[in-house]
Amino acid sequence: MLLERLDVDAAEFRLGTGWEIKPEGACKDDVCVPLPGGFDLTRTAERLGMALVRDEEHAIWALGPESLSAHALVTAQAPELVLGDLDGNEFRLSSLRGQKVVLVAWAPY
Amino acid sequence: MWQALRTELHPLGVEIVTVSLELSGPEASRPFIEAAHPEHPSLLDPTHRMDALFGVVNIPNVIWIDENGVIVRPAEPGWPGETVYPESMRQMLAERARAVAEAPKADASPRPDLIKLLSGGQDRAAYPDAIRDWAHNGTSSLYAMSPDEVVAASQPRGMEQSRAAAHFELANHFWRSGQREAAIRHFNECHRLQPDNWTYKRQAWSLVGNERVGGGDFGRFSQVPVPGEEADWPFASNFDADVAKLEPGQYYPNTF
Repeated sequence: MLLERLDVDAAEFRLGTGWEIKPEGACKDDVCVPLPGGFDLTRTAERLGMALVRDEEHAIWALGPESLSAHALVTAQAPELVLGDLDGNEFRLSSLRGQKVVLVAWAPY
Repeated sequence: MWQALRTELHPLGVEIVTVSLELSGPEASRPFIEAAHPEHPSLLDPTHRMDALFGVVNIPNVIWIDENGVIVRPAEPGWPGETVYPESMRQMLAERARAVAEAPKADASPRPDLIKLLSGGQDRAAYPDAIRDWAHNGTSSLYAMSPDEVVAASQPRGMEQSRAAAHFELANHFWRSGQREAAIRHFNECHRLQPDNWTYKRQAWSLVGNERVGGGDFGRFSQVPVPGEEADWPFASNFDADVAKLEPGQYYPNTF
């Protein structure tokens, strides 16, 4: 998640990371991490094990993915994935609910 | 290749979704997608969200998701069968392997066999058979993992890997906005932090490699400095040098 400032709100945080801020804390599926003191980007990122990297010259940050489970996945529930096709049409992975999905990452290199 | 498997298994409730991890615009992926004549979603992931979201570390990597949206196999090397390359691509790969075998060497160590290093250690035909088994047997397939197994089998991730992803995102941002020096700086830091993420490396090397050979159908497959231009290569390593350090079976860890 790219950031031009660190005072983002919970809604923006959810949009960028998939973590929803609830009374019980930061939640993804049924995994919740308590946030004493409530939501604050820097503190919340630290609790979730998300790296916050600044580019010194250009005043822009990137927030890395969570590492609190010591694995790429925190839960087996697939995240929502919204990507475009060749014509720029948006496709949502969740639209395939009800089918088995084989998701293939490839590259033209 | 994937389309053929889709034709076979779609009546059983299986959908294929391909995602191209290429930072450049759609035109880089278009020829490959159109050649496949897909009936399934063929998507573009220019910011490499697949790495951060699913733990993809190389391509091809495949993830299985059941009807309820639950992952039953996390990102792993996978193929639709024995890889059948178009003739033009086979020629290109043979030329690359020859270049690696014939490059001047400073020492007496054995020359790396590029083809063997990249394809060794995998029974590629077993992969579509596993998908077939899952298509027929669903949750009782031996290939379908429990949620706890899925999380435990997904790529290890600590703060270094999270930082690598953040640096990659910055590199991507700067490259797309024409700020090359900043992009290269972040690519190099990303590679240093997560050296086993091949897709972060291959993407970066392909951007410069493609320029150095002047583009073309397979310019992005050139991920090494042009001979004689090694001093001008902005990255800490390159594809051939890194692959040469591997044992057979390490590039694509055995899936089953």
